[in-house]
Amino acid sequence: MSRLIRLDETGHTTLAEWSADDPRGFEQAVVVFREELDRGYFGIASLRDGTAEQISELPLDAPTVIMRRPIAGG
Amino acid sequence: MADVAHAGGAPVGGLPERATVYWRKRVGDESLRRVGRWWTFTTVVHTVPFILAAVALGVLEPVTIPVALALLAHAWAIPELYAARGAAVLRPRLPAGAVPERRALLLLGDLVDDRSRGLHAATGLVLERGQLGCWLVGQAGAVLVRHGERRAYCYCVKASASDLPAGDRIAHLLLALRCDERDFATVANLAFCGAPWRLRRRLRPSQREALNAALEVF
Repeated sequence: MSRLIRLDETGHTTLAEWSADDPRGFEQAVVVFREELDRGYFGIASLRDGTAEQISELPLDAPTVIMRRPIAGG
Repeated sequence: MADVAHAGGAPVGGLPERATVYWRKRVGDESLRRVGRWWTFTTVVHTVPFILAAVALGVLEPVTIPVALALLAHAWAIPELYAARGAAVLRPRLPAGAVPERRALLLLGDLVDDRSRGLHAATGLVLERGQLGCWLVGQAGAVLVRHGERRAYCYCVKASASDLPAGDRIAHLLLALRCDERDFATVANLAFCGAPWRLRRRLRPSQREALNAALEVF
C-alpha cells in the first residue's frame, strides 16, 4: 500500500492511499496530489533505499509520497 | 530510484527552490573547498593584525599592555562570534503541541535508520550521509562535515511554514537534502565555515555528541 502524506502543523496528514492494483484509488490520489501542488506544496517520493526524489507526477509504486513546503535560506 | 515507475511524468530533478537563488553557482566539491579556504583566509585577516598589533605594542611600549590585551581579546572573540553564529543553525525552536510533535516524530522515525533515530532522540539532530560529506540536520539548519577537510559548514535553511512541529521541520530539510544535496547547499545560507573544534565549543552539550558522530563517520 502506497501513501500520500502532507507535512503540516498536525505532524502529518495522510491524504490518500492506493496500491498498484487499485487504479481508482490511484486516480483519486493523483487528484489530491495535484491539488496539493496547486497549494504550493512540493512532492517528494521517499524511496525504499533511503533516497528521495522530487516529483511532478504521482508515481504508481512509490511506497511513500510526501508533500512538503518550500525551503529557503534563513 | 529505479524502483519507482512514474505515472505519466518524469522526476523534476533538483530542487525547485534553486530558482529563487538563480544567481548562485551550484555548490560542488571544488566550490566548497574554495569557500573553506576563503573562510580560513578571512579568519586570518581578521585576527592576525590584532595579534601583531598587540605584540608590537607590548614590545615597543610596555605601558600599553592593557591595550594589547584588548586587541588579543578581539582576535579571540571574532572567530568565536562566527562559530556561535554557525552553532545557532542547530538551535532548537519552540515546540508545537505534544500531539503534533509526536505525530511528526513518528514520520521522521520512518524516514531514518536506527542509528539516526537513536542519535535524534539523544541530540535532536539527524545524521545523514551524503556525497559531499556527512550532514547533521536540525530544525532550522544543517551542518556539513567534509571528508578529509576537517571543516564544518554551517547552513541556515528552513521550511517556509512557521507552525510546523520540530520533527516536520527536520523532515522538510532531510527530504530536500536527499533529493539533491548540492541544490540544498546552494539554497541554504552559509553561516559559518571552520574547524569542528571551534564549532563544538559553541554547541549544546548534547549536540556535541552528534558532531562527534558525524566526525566518526570518516
